[in-house]
Amino acid sequence: MKYLALIYAAPGAGPDYGTPEFGPYMDGYRKATDTYQSDGVMLAGEALQDSSTATTVRVRNGKTETMDGPFAETKEQLGGFYLLDCPNLDEAIRYAAMIPTAEHGSIEVRPIMEINFDQ
Amino acid sequence: MNARASMTEDGARKAIEKLARAETGRLLGALLRDTRDFQMAEDCLQEAMASALEHWSRNGLPAAPAGWVLQTARRKAIDRFRRDRNFDRKAQEYGVLLDLDQQTAASDDPPTIPDERLRLIFTCCHPALENKTRVALTLRTLCGLTTRQIARAFVDTAETMAQRLVRARQKITKAGIPFEIPEPEHWGERFNSVLHVIYLTFNEGYSATEGAAPLRRELCMEAIRLGRLMLELAPGNAECEGLAALMLLNHARAPGRLGKNGRIIALDQQDRSLWDRARIAEGQQLLDQALARGQPGPFQLQAAISALHADAPDHQSTDWRQIVLLYDALYSLVRNPVYLLNRAVALSYADGAEQALEALCAIEAELDAYQPFHAARADFLRRAARPEDARLIYLRAIELSGNESDRQFLSGRMQAID
Repeated sequence: MKYLALIYAAPGAGPDYGTPEFGPYMDGYRKATDTYQSDGVMLAGEALQDSSTATTVRVRNGKTETMDGPFAETKEQLGGFYLLDCPNLDEAIRYAAMIPTAEHGSIEVRPIMEINFDQ
Repeated sequence: MNARASMTEDGARKAIEKLARAETGRLLGALLRDTRDFQMAEDCLQEAMASALEHWSRNGLPAAPAGWVLQTARRKAIDRFRRDRNFDRKAQEYGVLLDLDQQTAASDDPPTIPDERLRLIFTCCHPALENKTRVALTLRTLCGLTTRQIARAFVDTAETMAQRLVRARQKITKAGIPFEIPEPEHWGERFNSVLHVIYLTFNEGYSATEGAAPLRRELCMEAIRLGRLMLELAPGNAECEGLAALMLLNHARAPGRLGKNGRIIALDQQDRSLWDRARIAEGQQLLDQALARGQPGPFQLQAAISALHADAPDHQSTDWRQIVLLYDALYSLVRNPVYLLNRAVALSYADGAEQALEALCAIEAELDAYQPFHAARADFLRRAARPEDARLIYLRAIELSGNESDRQFLSGRMQAID
């Protein structure tokens, strides 16, 4: 099964760039990614730019509307994701727990819906 | 003619109800192993039971009723797979089912039912499910309780409970909660989650008061049944034995705990001759067996405390000093301030109310909103000959009480001060 691990953290909750904690934090990400790759479960994984760069797109009455944001200041924000192929939820949880942000933020693990367009 | 036919149908219905209670766990476990689909396994089992009612009313019971139901349910599953639009994905399971069906058809013997209940209980008690859902699902799948019965036990409507169970099955299937026994590295944690669910089931019944009490007492019996099942499925586990002992010992005292009007009778007022000596003996024996393994844990310690109560001929001659020590050990394992509150109660009988009042200071901030904390403090003040202070604290406890039965109990105690 495919699982999307959505990485959430409150702004400023993790180690900042330039602090001594930042290096080990990024090493944690490298280690997690290496493990996913060597275990053959990694399908994709990216970090996202800050939520201040976000644009919301809506189509209303055929017209495209855009808006800056959302910039929720205090809430946990989506900061990145991994797409993993695991045999079951237990495995997905085990891999998600390796993501360093899990220690101050939270990882939402969602199974990917399988849609068969031929039917 | 009609009367006779309806009697057979009634007989078949009773046989099926009995079978559901005794064998649902086994049947569902076997079907789940073959189909790998929780919802489908349940649906096929239901259909097979409905089909049993029809056939057995007509022809009487088959030689091996459970085997008959399993075979029929497997055929229902085969039929569903054939009709499934996404058939390819289930090709492997379909092949397994077909093989099993042909094996059975070729011999005269009923199919043997593999025991997959341990895997089933690990699935139902998976940490990705909410606590209440875990309890409900376990009662449904391992104890064979109907949705209506579970709803009654939780004082929910049948619709709400049905929705909860549907959502749980969907989550198990869609999120890929595995039908597996956990890896050794997670075994301890996951096993404790199962024991915790069983204890929650027990407490749901044990803490019930007033109207719902007789219904809820069944929950205690179901939890004990599950505890025994775990002893059978995972023999030699000290905490599992400790949990079974704890439930037996607590349940043994239940007959003395409820008054005629459904009110709870405090331990020191209970008629100890009403306690169930056979259950106490069984609990005691299980506890001894557990303690001999030298792997202490919270359930064993709580059972040891319960055993000391069960042992004592009366409230006064209880070994309170030993109970204080057991609460110390319990708190060192699980940092729950309620254990310190219970320790203070034991201390009040071992050393006196003054010492107990002093011990409460350490947990005052943490338990300020907890009714039993104030009830205990009021009782200590009363016994320390400070009736005015006691009355004030009783009022605070009454204010925090969630149900009428507690309020009446505390008011009674307050009025008895003079």
